[in-house]
Amino acid sequence: MTEENTLLFEKKDGYAIITMNRPDRLNAFNDELTFKLQDALKEAEKDDAIRALVITGAGRGFCSGQDLQNRNFSDNSAARPSLGDSIRRRYNPIVLKLRRMEKPIIAAVNGVAAGAGASLAFACDFRIVAETATFVQSFTKVGLVPDSGATFILPRLIGLTKAFEMMILAEKINATQALSLNLVNKVVAPDQLMPEALDLAAKLAKGPTKAFGLTKRAVNKAIFPDLEELLEYEAYLQEIAGRSDDFQEGVKAFIEKRQPAYSGR
Amino acid sequence: MTLTFKTILTSTEDQIGIVTLNRPKVLNALSHELMGELVQALESFDHDDSVRAIVLTGSERAFAAGADIKEMSDETSISIMLKDQFATWDRVKNIRKPIIAAVSGFALGGGCELAMTCDIIIASESAQFGQPEINIGVIPGAGGTQRLTRCVGKYKAMEMILTGRPITAKEALAAGLVNRVVPVEMFLEEAKTLAKEIAKRPPLAVRLAKEAVLKTFDVPISEGLQFERKNFYALFSSLDQKEGMKAFLEKRPASFVGQ
Repeated sequence: MTEENTLLFEKKDGYAIITMNRPDRLNAFNDELTFKLQDALKEAEKDDAIRALVITGAGRGFCSGQDLQNRNFSDNSAARPSLGDSIRRRYNPIVLKLRRMEKPIIAAVNGVAAGAGASLAFACDFRIVAETATFVQSFTKVGLVPDSGATFILPRLIGLTKAFEMMILAEKINATQALSLNLVNKVVAPDQLMPEALDLAAKLAKGPTKAFGLTKRAVNKAIFPDLEELLEYEAYLQEIAGRSDDFQEGVKAFIEKRQPAYSGR
Repeated sequence: MTLTFKTILTSTEDQIGIVTLNRPKVLNALSHELMGELVQALESFDHDDSVRAIVLTGSERAFAAGADIKEMSDETSISIMLKDQFATWDRVKNIRKPIIAAVSGFALGGGCELAMTCDIIIASESAQFGQPEINIGVIPGAGGTQRLTRCVGKYKAMEMILTGRPITAKEALAAGLVNRVVPVEMFLEEAKTLAKEIAKRPPLAVRLAKEAVLKTFDVPISEGLQFERKNFYALFSSLDQKEGMKAFLEKRPASFVGQ
């Protein structure tokens, strides 16, 4: 099934807005959305007239991460999808581009940011969030490991103690908690989210883009010098987790809306 | 120097010569014409006493993306042998002055081999090196299997040559294929600065040093050591040796004349 306009790309004066647009699925990532996001980021990088970027979600959610209903699950382990490959093809190029693009990128988080959706917000340069926004590193709930850079970006954003807690307990945190953890730049009323984010984008777009870009390059070098290796490593680990019995059970329980019974294998 | 070229640009700056590969539309694919012009320019710098080191570069996007495949797709074993295109490459190898490759973007196939024919490689962060010939049914033909292997070792070379997959500047640095990696805006300047530093050194010693280092690849170490020693002795008949040692003892900077 292909949907129309799973991603909207809008050019404004000096900046652009990328809107993930699968509102009935809380903008969960299917193949199409991830590839369109990759293309949109490439286009935003190439276009010199775009000097700042806003990423947001349509409807109630920001992005609920991988669309689990989109995956083909089977009891036959040979037929199970390779999560490592999926990450290498779909998610890692997005994270690399977000970090490498030498333009400021603002996540305007309008609602739930879960799993890879939360990781996406973490990889951006600014996080302006609505009071209704929530963040959850939901991966371990279904027996997976955090990916899309979360394992090394989140600890650097908020410190290991809380980052590890978020990743292991997979509990939702609200906007106020996120602010007190220094996970976000600013919390605003829902109707003020886009005006705030666009104001910031317009302001950044008038700034010294080259200096901003070089600053980002320096910060990347300082904080994420091994970006590619770490993303590649996450892909290996997700491949391992994806072959586990717990992952099969976790997804089954999720779809059947019941508590999973994990064996630890 | 009053040579005019179609596929390259040449210039001089202080005591260095700069050759820029300039076929942007084809990412500096190494056509016969380009290789011919390149070797002419290099030899001309090699014979020019005012030039003491050479920088060879491409563009930010591509040092050189490979051979010109269009030119060779219809060749036969005999026709390509008779054309003897690699004779030009041997002439690049025989340049006596140090050549610094300033590499950004693609250095693939012949581009990677050309960089490896140089004496020092400065890479931009966007540089990538590879020998993708396997993907079009051939193997490297301008030294790739030999120079890459000596440079990065058997295992890494095998992987690169058998899969055709390129490596990043960072990987190339770790593998010992490049001297250093700098931001893309700076790679050419870095190479020029290094070339100018070498240009200040006594040219005869630079020449004999390059010769001796390259000898490593051709002869057993016993012969290489002998060769080194002879070059060492030879320099004692140069003015620059007298000046260099005198200046050292008098604790002043030396002034070299190239004699």
